[in-house]
Amino acid sequence: MHFGATLLTMLRDVLPIAAILFGFQALVLRRKIKDPARVAMGMILVLLGLTLFLEGLEMALFPVGRLMAQQLTAPEFIYDSAAAAVGPVQWFDFLWIYAFAAAIGFATTVAEPALMAVAIKANQVSGGTITVRGLRYAVAFGVAVGVAVGAFRIVTGTPLHWFIISGYVVVIIQTISAPKLIIPLAFDSGGVTTSTVTVPLVAALGLGLAETIPGRSPILDGFGLIAFASLFPIIAVMGYAQIGDWRANRLKRRLEQ
Amino acid sequence: MHPADNPLVSHPRKAGRLKVIWHKLKKAVEPLTDSALALVPIVLVIAFFQLLVLKQPIPNMGQMMWGLLQVLLGLALFVRGLQMALFPIGEEMAYNFVRKGNLWWLLVFAFALGFGTTVAEPALIAISEEAARIAAAGQVIASSAEAQSNYAIGLRLTVALAVGIALVVGVFRILKGWPVQYLILGGYFGVVIMTFFAPPEIVGIAYDSGGVTTSTVTVPLVTALGIGLAHTIHGRDPLIDGFGLIAFASLTPMIFVMAFGMLY
Repeated sequence: MHFGATLLTMLRDVLPIAAILFGFQALVLRRKIKDPARVAMGMILVLLGLTLFLEGLEMALFPVGRLMAQQLTAPEFIYDSAAAAVGPVQWFDFLWIYAFAAAIGFATTVAEPALMAVAIKANQVSGGTITVRGLRYAVAFGVAVGVAVGAFRIVTGTPLHWFIISGYVVVIIQTISAPKLIIPLAFDSGGVTTSTVTVPLVAALGLGLAETIPGRSPILDGFGLIAFASLFPIIAVMGYAQIGDWRANRLKRRLEQ
Repeated sequence: MHPADNPLVSHPRKAGRLKVIWHKLKKAVEPLTDSALALVPIVLVIAFFQLLVLKQPIPNMGQMMWGLLQVLLGLALFVRGLQMALFPIGEEMAYNFVRKGNLWWLLVFAFALGFGTTVAEPALIAISEEAARIAAAGQVIASSAEAQSNYAIGLRLTVALAVGIALVVGVFRILKGWPVQYLILGGYFGVVIMTFFAPPEIVGIAYDSGGVTTSTVTVPLVTALGIGLAHTIHGRDPLIDGFGLIAFASLTPMIFVMAFGMLY
């Protein structure tokens, strides 16, 4: 029964998209789609695949992941007793949380279907120079750092915009120096990281953390983790290309000598 | 002597039927192994923290295995459907629009795609309701249900408008061949400036709204559209000009939501 409900939600999600596509195709472009049976089959596979995917996540991973985020951020776990914090919040009391934030950020991003789609396309377009796995791991590494830094920010209570603005300054500097081919892809990867798998778990972590720490408001400080998870992958992907470039140059210099 | 019997020449043996079946099986299983590899990290992370850090057993092992199997199968089906439907359709439509040669219809299509896929996005609905609650708590709006619902709908339309405009600008950029970085960095500069003027309650939501707009179905479609345009238009490079649409779609909502917060 649950499956039916998820399928309906997915259908409601996909129908407007299908209506726009086929409306324009039929009324404006007035062309028949090539191989309509195959396209229809593919659409059904997408719908069925995403439904199974979400169903499975909801069954296997989300409950335990959410519970884990709550337990790790509960005062009993952080301070070893229910007698909460004495004195000011110490950022190093939360080392397990930063570790969890980074690990869950990485792991959920690697499994993100939208990122997989972009990576497959980037691989095709680049003629194989950009590997599907390499791009996904670079992006996941960025999300890991981003979510960990975001958790650290909630703990220390530093204003969100200081982090975001300094992140953008790094992005600007990298944009000037990184290989031109990677730049559009790097900016795109910032947008695709945060969807089906990452958002529910990361949001649970942020909310739990903001509730536990005195002086943080869940509604004000719980937000913002997603923004970190979209900013750091840009830096990571450009960095990945820069390191590759630098190593290639070093090799070339050595060969010339 | 028949050439096949010549012992001095080595002949490749014809693959047996078993080998052919094995090969086909391997090809069929490949997407499954790929998605299995994608799921390994998440299983490891949860097992590690559950067993070693929290020191608790994993609840409902049977249900978990069954769920994981569904995730695995779902991911493999999705990737297959992607290559059968979403990628070809995006690229074909890009090609058809360029052949038709009507810029305005292409831009209308881009706007419709951006607006239409965003306005009903469940993640966006959730975040705008949350935002309305915050606004009511901060006494920005009246705390009546009607005022909150108006605010939430206003916010949703704002974000959908932002994504529609993002795709229009992004498609126009591909046609013109403008470098993506000037527009994006200019946009981020705008975000930074607006951060100082927007009410603090809206800033976190604005930043997050940039991340939630692009759904799993929209991303492959929009990516294929951009690459299709860059492929079809003479002198555009698919890697340099084709990517970038998603980036616009995650940037403009931040600006628009902060503007919404300032005006409301």
